[in-house]
Amino acid sequence: MSETDLASTQPPENPGRRRLLTWTTGVVGAVGAGLAIWPFAASWKPSAKARLVGAPVEVNIGNLEPGQIMRVVWRGQTIGIMRRSERMINDLPTLNEKLADPQSEVASQQPQYAQNVHRSIKPEYLVANIHCTHLGCIPQVLPEVEAQPFDAEWRGGFFCPCHRSRFDLAGRVYNGVPAQLNLVIPPYHFIDDNTVMIGVGPEAEGAA
Amino acid sequence: MAKPASNLSKNVQAFGAWVNERMPVGQVWREHLTEYYAPKNFNLWYFFGSLAILVLVNQLETGIFLTMFYTPHADMAFSSVEYIMRDVEWGWLIRYMHSTGASFFFIVVYLHMFRALLYGSYRKPRELIWILGVFILLVLMAEAFMGYVLPWGQMSYWGAQVIISLFGAIPEVGDILVEWIRGDYMISNATLNRFFALHVVALPLALLALVVLHLVALHEVGSNNPDGVEIKKHKDEKGRPLDGIPFHPYYTVKDLFGAGVFLILFAFVLFYAPEFGGLFLEPDNFVPADPLVTPQHIVPVWYFTPFYAMLRAVPDKLFGVMVMGAAIFVLFFLPWLDRSKVRSIRYKGWPSKVMLALFVVGFIRLGMLALGDGTPIQTIESRIWTFYYFAFFALMPFVTKFEKTKPEPERVTK
Repeated sequence: MSETDLASTQPPENPGRRRLLTWTTGVVGAVGAGLAIWPFAASWKPSAKARLVGAPVEVNIGNLEPGQIMRVVWRGQTIGIMRRSERMINDLPTLNEKLADPQSEVASQQPQYAQNVHRSIKPEYLVANIHCTHLGCIPQVLPEVEAQPFDAEWRGGFFCPCHRSRFDLAGRVYNGVPAQLNLVIPPYHFIDDNTVMIGVGPEAEGAA
Repeated sequence: MAKPASNLSKNVQAFGAWVNERMPVGQVWREHLTEYYAPKNFNLWYFFGSLAILVLVNQLETGIFLTMFYTPHADMAFSSVEYIMRDVEWGWLIRYMHSTGASFFFIVVYLHMFRALLYGSYRKPRELIWILGVFILLVLMAEAFMGYVLPWGQMSYWGAQVIISLFGAIPEVGDILVEWIRGDYMISNATLNRFFALHVVALPLALLALVVLHLVALHEVGSNNPDGVEIKKHKDEKGRPLDGIPFHPYYTVKDLFGAGVFLILFAFVLFYAPEFGGLFLEPDNFVPADPLVTPQHIVPVWYFTPFYAMLRAVPDKLFGVMVMGAAIFVLFFLPWLDRSKVRSIRYKGWPSKVMLALFVVGFIRLGMLALGDGTPIQTIESRIWTFYYFAFFALMPFVTKFEKTKPEPERVTK
């Protein structure tokens, strides 16, 4: 290096070599920084404790009367378990033309075994994550057949107070409301007639 | 295809100009990097300043993430740290990066300070850089102490008890002061909460501010160098020091290389010995705080041990605390205690060299003695080295003034 001119703008003697070194250093450094970021980003994932708390829950439904709904918490989400009456079950197919997805064609909203007209394993029982699929509020349960300000021919269902989305008693979303998707049906199965396990589907029964 | 590329670079340049008209980015870049001339003869010792910044960044980043998972409450602090270690994804790594980082901070800072002692970097006109540096050390010590309290283990609790009780040695107001610091009649949740606030907010802000001032002062007068000669005495026709090279790219590249080597060492300790045999994290701190039982071996973390040895060596509470405080306080006067004609140890006489060597030996020995059982012979050795610690400073004006020095070179050497 000449003593007289050591400015930072001094041109390199071998530009190709400098370019190679700069790029290899930069790339290796970027990969290292990327890898170093991973533990910090990953630390925001649910912790082992949160995952443990998120384990499947067993619910006794023996006391549920027809038309009654109970709420349980699974992974912090409110799960509604409703025992539907004859009238409610028979109403379901008649509502199809008012609904956005009457055949439950959007696969992400329910396991395959709940992709039917009543969106459940047993027609009598609805097990649904009752957080509104619009922005996560919990809708009011209005199960009776009575005229409502928003629908004179209301056949019973869920009505979200936040942005007025409506769902029928199978959790299927009505046309023309902010929510676009049916209520989510979580994985679940029946251990016996009176007990339901939320968090594990029937196909994984043995593994759970 | 060439056309869009040139358009892009034109746009980038235009954006740069737009910013520069509103904020002196380019000017700061030049003043502190590309046209900041540092002596060309920096050696290994000059890595530790930039490494200290690297460790500071590590502490800030890991600290922010630990705060996301830690619970500052006496009933939950300990279990929240175990939660970080066991349940949070990669939490063990983040926590060990922070705790190992604390020890490496002191390693780096002690070596950085030793560099200043070696080459007289505290001498005129760099007195303020040194004084700000001592303040950084003080804040760092407070920061480390309070950080060690947060896991709320046995050493946290009893360490806090002992350190806070030191203030009780102050006549008249001592007891009131201790109660005020604790916020209770004993170390308690109130103490933990205020230490948490100081550790994660107040002291890091103070530390950052001091680091900025330290660098502002440094860049005003320029770096010293191993020869201790002033590079600004000889400039070329453009006003650039003949023995200076632009900090960027020359020293940025050098420091990046140093950072790489440092990170390898750091990672080695981090992954294979994060507790470093009980020196970085003491075994007793993996036991929850118990106000009813003091651990058998209560010793501070290694970076405080030399000062702790001084405290133990003095058979009087108030005097012991004063000696310990004076050991730090005396550092503030160092720039005026050195009366030598030369800055660097390279050109000082043999008495200075011997005294500095003994000072280093004494400081390390004090640290080791503090970890011992306090046998009579260890106590005597502690007293000798404590005495020498202060003698080093007390004798410095005379030794440096009267010893025979070698002539300083006019320009820096290789």
